[in-house]
Amino acid sequence: MAILSTPRSTVQLASKGRPLKEHLFRIALLASLAIAIVFLTMLVVYVVEEGWPRLDARLWENQPSIRRPENAGIQSGIFGTLWIIGLTALMALPTGILAAIYLEEYADKTKWYNRLIELNISNLAAVPSIVYGILGLGMIARWMQFGFTVMTGAMTISLLVLPIVIISAREAIRAVPASIREGSLALGATQWQTIYRQVLPASIPGIATGSILALSRAIGEAAPFLMLGAATLVRFNPEGVWSNFSVLPLQIYNFITRPQEEFAVLAAAAIVILLAILLLMNSVAIWLRNRYQKRW
Amino acid sequence: MSAQHRTTVSGASRSLARSRPRYGEYVVKAVLMLAALVSIATTIGIVAALLEPTIEFFGEVSLGEFFGSTTWGPLFSPPAFGVWPIIVATVEITLIAVVVAVPLGLAAAIYLSEYASVRTRKIFKPVLEVLAGVPTVVFGFFALTFVTPVLRDVFPFLDLEAKNALSAGLLVGVMIVPIVASLSEDSMAAVPNGLREGSYALGASKMLTSVRVVVPAAFSGIVAAIILAVSRAAGETMIVAIAGGFKSVFTLYPGNEMATMAAFIAQAGSGDASVGSVAYKTIFAVGSLLFIMTFAMNYLSARMVQKYREVYD
Repeated sequence: MAILSTPRSTVQLASKGRPLKEHLFRIALLASLAIAIVFLTMLVVYVVEEGWPRLDARLWENQPSIRRPENAGIQSGIFGTLWIIGLTALMALPTGILAAIYLEEYADKTKWYNRLIELNISNLAAVPSIVYGILGLGMIARWMQFGFTVMTGAMTISLLVLPIVIISAREAIRAVPASIREGSLALGATQWQTIYRQVLPASIPGIATGSILALSRAIGEAAPFLMLGAATLVRFNPEGVWSNFSVLPLQIYNFITRPQEEFAVLAAAAIVILLAILLLMNSVAIWLRNRYQKRW
Repeated sequence: MSAQHRTTVSGASRSLARSRPRYGEYVVKAVLMLAALVSIATTIGIVAALLEPTIEFFGEVSLGEFFGSTTWGPLFSPPAFGVWPIIVATVEITLIAVVVAVPLGLAAAIYLSEYASVRTRKIFKPVLEVLAGVPTVVFGFFALTFVTPVLRDVFPFLDLEAKNALSAGLLVGVMIVPIVASLSEDSMAAVPNGLREGSYALGASKMLTSVRVVVPAAFSGIVAAIILAVSRAAGETMIVAIAGGFKSVFTLYPGNEMATMAAFIAQAGSGDASVGSVAYKTIFAVGSLLFIMTFAMNYLSARMVQKYREVYD
């Protein structure tokens, strides 16, 4: 009774003002995110400033050159990257999406082999990319005798991005509610008809977002190509899948390792191009996600 | 048609299963499974690519020399095969990276999961995604041409070499921040709201709830994220090759140039070690060691994620 008769104003659950510690904690958390933003800004400003004198048509019209760094370009790297990414998209995306469909729609999780496949994929996603380079060197370039060609590079990089494609496609497929599948099955559709006509169309935006992000990972990758003979300055564009090649990130690496100042500028200019391509792809992916994301 | 069907079939013999199997469905399932098996083939391929040259390597260089001495220089003459310098360098750079990435990544995760509004999330989440998408050559370039000179100006007493473990480690740390942040955030988001509400009901503040309730509840997921990030850092190649250098002297001082395992593979693999030579086989021996180390960490991480999922689902 005494409690009930207490005047309202004296019962106060909230403490008076937020303690200083709470404020400091919140500020510390925000500061850590601010560091990330400041770092990214500094990085971009620095490379643009460094590369500015060389950001012109010479960059994509000329081929790299050791003797004349002041006029050297990165055309063979741009074309090499386009070839590799095109082939990787053709190989890794269908395989990855089909594997994701299997794991989400067909695989019986109680079977040991399906659990093995799952564990294996999450392991592969974290295998260092240089080890994929060794795989490409040992199995594809030497054992299959594909040599140091565009095909070898694309197959190696396809295997590297495959786990990423599978994991993101699985998430997109899982987001489609079971009721859609049950409705389709109840109307007499077979399992494949249900997947092909209901589940896939509903999950396409998510799959596309994940696929673009996986390919952008492939574009920035350099380490595996080091093992595949793409480290030397290639002065011609690939003419087919059996041609020698270089890729943009590896040309950048090559420029960085050279002592002359002109090459540092050239590397910065090439980095600006690489970052611009990646930023464009990332924006498309984020836009796709925000535009088509469905809340079921 | 169907009405007629229904009247002619007697109730007892009716079954929902088709009498004639749809072979197309089986073909589809087989094709899909084949696609999933590509991942198994990849692992077998990696092991096969590593195994044979590694066995040949240990035929020529004894295990005792590999793990028993501390001089590394397979590309020199006379060659030396004591692997410890590159293991120590790998561990050291990974440690520097972890010191950078764990506080930053965890703070970012706590903010995004516990404090951020929908609007602020929409701003900060893409920043982490863009950071995760920056190619590692770019980080390497930045470390070599910006971070190292700045550190040399600001801290001259550190006596940094032009290539050094410190700058490389710092940038590897920045590279793994998004991994720590996004995976930790996922596991914090999976903590049921009831726990938070219980904590508030007992009078705990937001900070106390985050630090004493949410983080411990998500602990195994956070540990899994950190292990995965460590595995990434240990295998990172381009940053350490560019900013950390290729010299392998047995040293602990982070101001020195030091080659990690991945940097050695990159150096030897991009050079012209002739096929079949001991130097060439060394690439695969070091590759095996790196693969086993990261594989163990990835497996541990995957198991921890599985374990924490069981708790709240």
